[in-house]
Amino acid sequence: MRDLLTVYIPLEATALSLGADEVAVAILKEAASQGRDVEIIRNGSWGMSWLEPLVEMVTPKGRVAYGNMTADRVADLLKGECADLCLGLTADIPYLKSQDRLTFGRCGLIEALSLSEYQDNGGFVGLKKALEMTPQDIVTQVTDSGLRGRGGAAFPTGIKWNTVLGAGSDQKYICCNADEGDSGTFADRLLMEGDPYCLIEGMTIAALAVGATEGYIYLRSEYPLCKQILDEALLNARAAGWLGKNIKDSGKDFDIEIRMGAGSYVCGEETAMLESLEGKRGMVRAKPPLPALHGLFGKPTVVNNVLSLASVPIIMAKGADYYRNFGMGRSRGTIAFQLAGNIARGGLVEKAFGISLRELIEDYGGGTHSDNSLKAVQVGGPLGAYLSENDLDLPMDYEAFAEAGAVLGHGGIVVFDDSVDMAEQARFAFEFCAIESCGKCTPCRIGSVRGAELMAKIQAGAAENLPLMKELCEVMESGSLCAMGGMTPIPVLSALQKWPNDFGAKP
Amino acid sequence: MDTRDNSRPDRAAWDQDEARRIITRCAALKGGLMEALHGIQGAFGYIPAESYDMLADAFNLSGAEVYGVKSFYHDFRDTPAGHHVIKICQAESCQARGSRLLTAHVEKLLGIRLGETTANERITLEPVYCLGNCAVSPNITINDKLYGRMDEDRLEGLLGKLG
Ligand SMILES: Cc1cc2nc3c(=O)[nH]c(=O)nc-3n(C[C@H](O)[C@H](O)[C@H](O)COP(=O)(O)O)c2cc1C
Ligand code: SF4
Ligand code: FES
Repeated sequence: MRDLLTVYIPLEATALSLGADEVAVAILKEAASQGRDVEIIRNGSWGMSWLEPLVEMVTPKGRVAYGNMTADRVADLLKGECADLCLGLTADIPYLKSQDRLTFGRCGLIEALSLSEYQDNGGFVGLKKALEMTPQDIVTQVTDSGLRGRGGAAFPTGIKWNTVLGAGSDQKYICCNADEGDSGTFADRLLMEGDPYCLIEGMTIAALAVGATEGYIYLRSEYPLCKQILDEALLNARAAGWLGKNIKDSGKDFDIEIRMGAGSYVCGEETAMLESLEGKRGMVRAKPPLPALHGLFGKPTVVNNVLSLASVPIIMAKGADYYRNFGMGRSRGTIAFQLAGNIARGGLVEKAFGISLRELIEDYGGGTHSDNSLKAVQVGGPLGAYLSENDLDLPMDYEAFAEAGAVLGHGGIVVFDDSVDMAEQARFAFEFCAIESCGKCTPCRIGSVRGAELMAKIQAGAAENLPLMKELCEVMESGSLCAMGGMTPIPVLSALQKWPNDFGAKP
Repeated sequence: MDTRDNSRPDRAAWDQDEARRIITRCAALKGGLMEALHGIQGAFGYIPAESYDMLADAFNLSGAEVYGVKSFYHDFRDTPAGHHVIKICQAESCQARGSRLLTAHVEKLLGIRLGETTANERITLEPVYCLGNCAVSPNITINDKLYGRMDEDRLEGLLGKLG
């Protein structure tokens, strides 16, 4: 028997954007020309994005990683002459080894679409347990885990589910928010591309918990690869009896459809998402009524972020206590941080709450990519505060961030070096709000346009407009229906407060 | 494996039967108007005005309501794009890695601004707000294919290879 070469190459957007397919083709060609048999396994990404394409060779000792592989190094790789790119055993890479991989435990490890690998690595254990439990017991277990929504608002997931469970209705829905519009975030995508069955399992458990039979994944159109992978995962899950009618002979029905967004940021807001799912303009609805009671097509609906849902299988499999023993204060469990912007080692870091921003940026991220000094960090997406070097010791905890006037949001961390002009960032915050506003309320729709104009004047030297700009921020904060208009002042005012010089203001 | 390549798929001329097939399929879906709009744009490259009445009929709406939905979303086009569509990410993470300079460079190179199409209808340049590839910013797409860690030289090289 000839020796078989087994190589892992991620089928994941970042890896592809840096040439993973070209590497795969080169490996096939090179192996053929050497007369060697090769098996290429397309796994998800481990989340060490700065090393993509990260290729792994299977050896008797385990999987050995090679970072930043290129097609023209493939010949060296197959000859064993690629020591300069070798990172040793993947499992021993410190960036990965030191994480608390609960939700992302299989991401990178398995071939994303292999049901057997999914099950060999703990998949469907949680769902099997849930199939034996009462809806109330499932809800209680999720509540006891302390899980809070990972989409931004950090609302306790179990409490939301309990409301939907208690609502009487002939029809209930599970809607997965996969709109992931925040700049600096990509964890939902990594999970869906690298471990799609985990999301399907989480949504199915949610359905059992509240008595829903239909589910939707609202996926942003910028994620076409996710769509392909999820489509195939849904087909496979259905064929294997994990989805559809009479799931695994339980007498329970649940199925999932994917619906694509169309480039609107505000459609990530849950009620705008529901409108969009109904085929309408993505206009934000006034709350109450809560979506939990009056959601999709007016029916009780669970709306959860991808990662909230994908955290449920392990909570069911290992118990509420296992999960809640990670974390600090009222922030229980783990959260997927995403290191982005001007950072040397960008990628995904899943850690228990409580780690400091500095540890994430310096120890994991390796500081700025440019090697210039760090000036600002925006955490929690475009509506999140700009933080400075002085804030880096903040623990990553919902309450600690709220106290500092900041938000953790979906865990995105965007680093800027000293070349950034914070007045321009403030102007952009208004501009982005103007582009994405759903238009329902005047402070947001008109205020954002005025804000951008005022900022342009301030940038041109007319600092006397600052008081007016601050007043406008107050109006937007108090007079907006949703966080789009209501939180746009956060990045603006945090930038002004911390870097007044950039605004031409006296500090 | 990623089979999307760099060339724009051939866009069909308006075909009423094809449009009707797409719309009928989507009308069976709950809230299917968005899917129908995606389907129409997928087939024709934009939302031809001829499709409004058909969509309105199928979804029991007025033509104005259909237009209202279409116009809410950045993705849906009123007119065909250029032969190639280049999107440059304008959101914060890419800003932190030089997307503003990159954008200015491409605008100068092509002689158009973001949101415009070259006079020969060859290239449309558009902004996009986060492609979810922020760990390796700045990012662009060319005809929906994503490229990470973009810089001026590489982008010029890619432009040169476009048909
Ligand atoms: C402007 C705006 C955009 C939002 N975008 C997203 C998003 O892309 N993904 C997401 O999960 N939640 C987003 N949210 C939060 C949702 O409204 C909602 O809180 C969340 O989907 C609930 O799920 P969770 O409890 O699991 O977090 C957004 C909110 C606002 C105001
Ligand atoms: S704040 Fe802005 S986005 Fe939110 S409802 Fe009002 S207009 Fe729409
Ligand atoms: S901000 Fe450009 S890809 Fe996310």
